[in-house]
Amino acid sequence: MIVLKDVWKSFEEKVVLQDISTVFETGKINLVIGASGHGKSVLMRSMVGLIDIDKGSISYDNRELDFENYDQTREIRRDIGMLFQGAALFNSLSVQDNVEFPLKMFTTLTKEERLERINFCLKHVNLENANRKFPAELSGGMRKRVGIARAIALDIKYLFCDEPNSGLDPITSRVIDNLIKDITEEFNITTIINTHDMKTVFDIGDNIVFIYNGLKWWEGSKNDVKTSNNTELQNFLNASYLI
Amino acid sequence: MSIFYHFGRYLLFLRSMFSRPEKTKVYVKRLFAEMVAIGIGSLPIVILISIFQGAVTTVQTAYQLITPMIAKSTIGIIVSDSTMLELAPTITSLVLAGKIGSHIASEIGTMRINEEIDALEVMGINSAAFLGLPKILAGIIMVPILVIISIFLSEAGGIAAGHFSGALSASEFIQGARSTFKLFTLQFSLIKAFTFGFIITSISCFHGFFTKGGAIEVGESSTKAVVYSSIMILVADYILAQILLV
Repeated sequence: MIVLKDVWKSFEEKVVLQDISTVFETGKINLVIGASGHGKSVLMRSMVGLIDIDKGSISYDNRELDFENYDQTREIRRDIGMLFQGAALFNSLSVQDNVEFPLKMFTTLTKEERLERINFCLKHVNLENANRKFPAELSGGMRKRVGIARAIALDIKYLFCDEPNSGLDPITSRVIDNLIKDITEEFNITTIINTHDMKTVFDIGDNIVFIYNGLKWWEGSKNDVKTSNNTELQNFLNASYLI
Repeated sequence: MSIFYHFGRYLLFLRSMFSRPEKTKVYVKRLFAEMVAIGIGSLPIVILISIFQGAVTTVQTAYQLITPMIAKSTIGIIVSDSTMLELAPTITSLVLAGKIGSHIASEIGTMRINEEIDALEVMGINSAAFLGLPKILAGIIMVPILVIISIFLSEAGGIAAGHFSGALSASEFIQGARSTFKLFTLQFSLIKAFTFGFIITSISCFHGFFTKGGAIEVGESSTKAVVYSSIMILVADYILAQILLV
């Protein structure tokens, strides 16, 4: 479970996040939605400690993220897996080496055990025979899947996905959504997804947080989204041409 | 104020590297890989410039000392001492600043804009240490080795040029070089190489690490890395000479 309390962040004069408080529960897919430039990415990057917050607190199962204490932040991060918008694979490493990287860094597994784990992760994302390929040889969807495989290589507790469907066709987007859903359920992790994709919201979202102008404007379940009378949320949904 | 801000950031960047490594074995492997990239990768250019550097210095010194009043072996003294004191460490390091510096800054800069550095951080890896430390250690180790090679090849180039131009024989050159050789001159050369190795790699890592934007900014970081490394090499060259030779 991740708890955000009164999180504020500004860049010079511009306030990007204002008093954000929410709870992302374990075993659920939590979606952060909102238009571009309204603070979704800053919120996610703050949650994983890539951006210092000005005020407030972020706790991972009662362990508070302390931006002054780098070692403690690193400890929490070892429970985090993250799928970046562009997958952020290490371009000089093969698919196998990308997935093996966290295993090499943080486990004492033997080479055979590591290979077994790599194959397990790649099988989960339907990339059984891609071990020797390099990121440059992969399609956008395949890169995202390798990103997911790398994120789950260690026994993570929290999975962050920054716009996992951006740049993907609708069919591949659904594949990625289903993968994230399956992984969340199978490993009982806390998943947070930044997205614009309303199909994702209605397909896999458990808890939806709508960010507007840096504020938490609305929060509820996917069933509440359609019936909400929040004007900005309805404008956002109408713009997606889905309802 | 900007210069103090950037210098402060540079010092903080260096400090951030000194934390307990996540896995020493991985760091050691990376260190050897960087030593190969910096050392072996730079060998051809070092060989080329060193031979010509020694040859040109010999011919030009001979051109200026054509008088029966001065023994021909003096050319060997001048070429040998100027090679060890200045030409091999400084010229080699300036060339390496261009070759290694731009490579390091563009490699790390590209990783920054591709979010690979963020990915390392989110995994709980000290990205500054993981990317920077092996490169800086490799620079500190390999640049002095390259400078030693450069000294030998410059001398060889000088001997060959003296012989082929008829300015002086190999034995005259060697006699001159040996007559005033001091161990401290070589030690001074290595102190400079060690310092320059640190300057090139640390400044290049710094500029690569704090790249913001896209492909154009990676190019800018690469250029800044070469320019600032070169300036700092010249500044350090003067400071070391002032401290150790005067």
